[in-house]
Amino acid sequence: MKRVLLSVTGTVLGVVALLGFKTESQLPTAAGGLPSAALPGSTAAATTTSPTSTSTGAPPDPSRTSTSPSAASAPTSVSYTGAAEQTRYGTVQVNITVSAKKITNVSLAQLTAFDRRSQQINSDAAPILLQETLAAQSVQIDAVSGASYTSQGYLQSLQSALDQAGL
Amino acid sequence: MTSPVDIRLPQRHIEHCMGTVFSFDIRSPGVDHADLKTVLDWLHWADQTFSTYQPNSQINRLNRDDVSVLDCAPEVREILKRCAELEDETDGYFSTQASGCLDPSGLVKGWAIQRASDMLRNVGSTNHCVNGGGDVQCIGSPQPETPWRIGIAHPLRPDHLAGTATGHHLAVATSGSAERGAHIINPRSTTSPDVVASVTLVGRDLATTDAYATAAFAMGTDAPAWIDTLPNYQGLVVFADGTQWCSPTLDSHH
Repeated sequence: MKRVLLSVTGTVLGVVALLGFKTESQLPTAAGGLPSAALPGSTAAATTTSPTSTSTGAPPDPSRTSTSPSAASAPTSVSYTGAAEQTRYGTVQVNITVSAKKITNVSLAQLTAFDRRSQQINSDAAPILLQETLAAQSVQIDAVSGASYTSQGYLQSLQSALDQAGL
Repeated sequence: MTSPVDIRLPQRHIEHCMGTVFSFDIRSPGVDHADLKTVLDWLHWADQTFSTYQPNSQINRLNRDDVSVLDCAPEVREILKRCAELEDETDGYFSTQASGCLDPSGLVKGWAIQRASDMLRNVGSTNHCVNGGGDVQCIGSPQPETPWRIGIAHPLRPDHLAGTATGHHLAVATSGSAERGAHIINPRSTTSPDVVASVTLVGRDLATTDAYATAAFAMGTDAPAWIDTLPNYQGLVVFADGTQWCSPTLDSHH
């Protein structure tokens, strides 16, 4: 069961890694700067709910559901719900289904976006326009505004470089 | 075996449409491929409907008197009505008749980008940025507590920025001759305003912001004075000689 736990933890980390992947707005020249998963190591174990053995008299785990509890020899499919984790994208909670010591499904139990209230307050602020001549590579930007480019011109545009870094 | 859910953030997409490229940068989770396809299909519909390059677009059929405005899509009437208002608001510098026949292109792209952003919001995305050929509409945040930061391409110095615009709900539109040749003409003199290299306007909603940028560019050296009269817009003008003018910063708001 320990191996299952380890692989479950690994999958949770993997999913969170996907969420944490490429979160920085990368500059065209930024290479190898991919951030790693934002999950603190000390809380990694907490993302899985420890499964309780069916043979003990332990109280049933509410987060655990067994789809074929009576078939002792048949592979039993068990779902686990991880603890809610804070990531830079909001709260993430992962559901994992294990059957015959293999993870058969991973789904999101919870994924809330950013705090909408603080965002609303932010949205009311006027945009800030600053005049500053800068080398494009020296500043972190999310997109580029410029005189209309054609499909051909796009290839040479700064926006194209940003898109390539983010794809 | 069920495969794990496909969640990739940020979600980016590039779409060729309207003779340019639309870049989508979606930071909210939950926008699936079907949602995005609905937006892209709508963009292509808008292109088919309004393009002056496609012989059977509704605009070209209007120009040939093949159809009346009443036969056109409601969006066509919406655009033409807004174009007429913009012509008033800009003292005629925004014009659908500058090229000699009906051409609402000065509004259509910015309007379509803003509409694409609205469509994404309607399917649950509260954090995204849509860039259509250099005109940008953003809402929300790229990351929590972080505003979007949009670079303004320097029209005279490749790989340089002339400024930046930051905010959580902003539209940034730039008009200029830098990349597409002198495609904007002064409707009053029918000459290109070549004293100005580019005009960038920053507002909240791209349809009007983009049309205003087009008008301000056509005004040439009068652009700064006109931008100063607009209460909710800021501007950055780069002149052909490399000098710049920028709206005063709104420090009192922050």
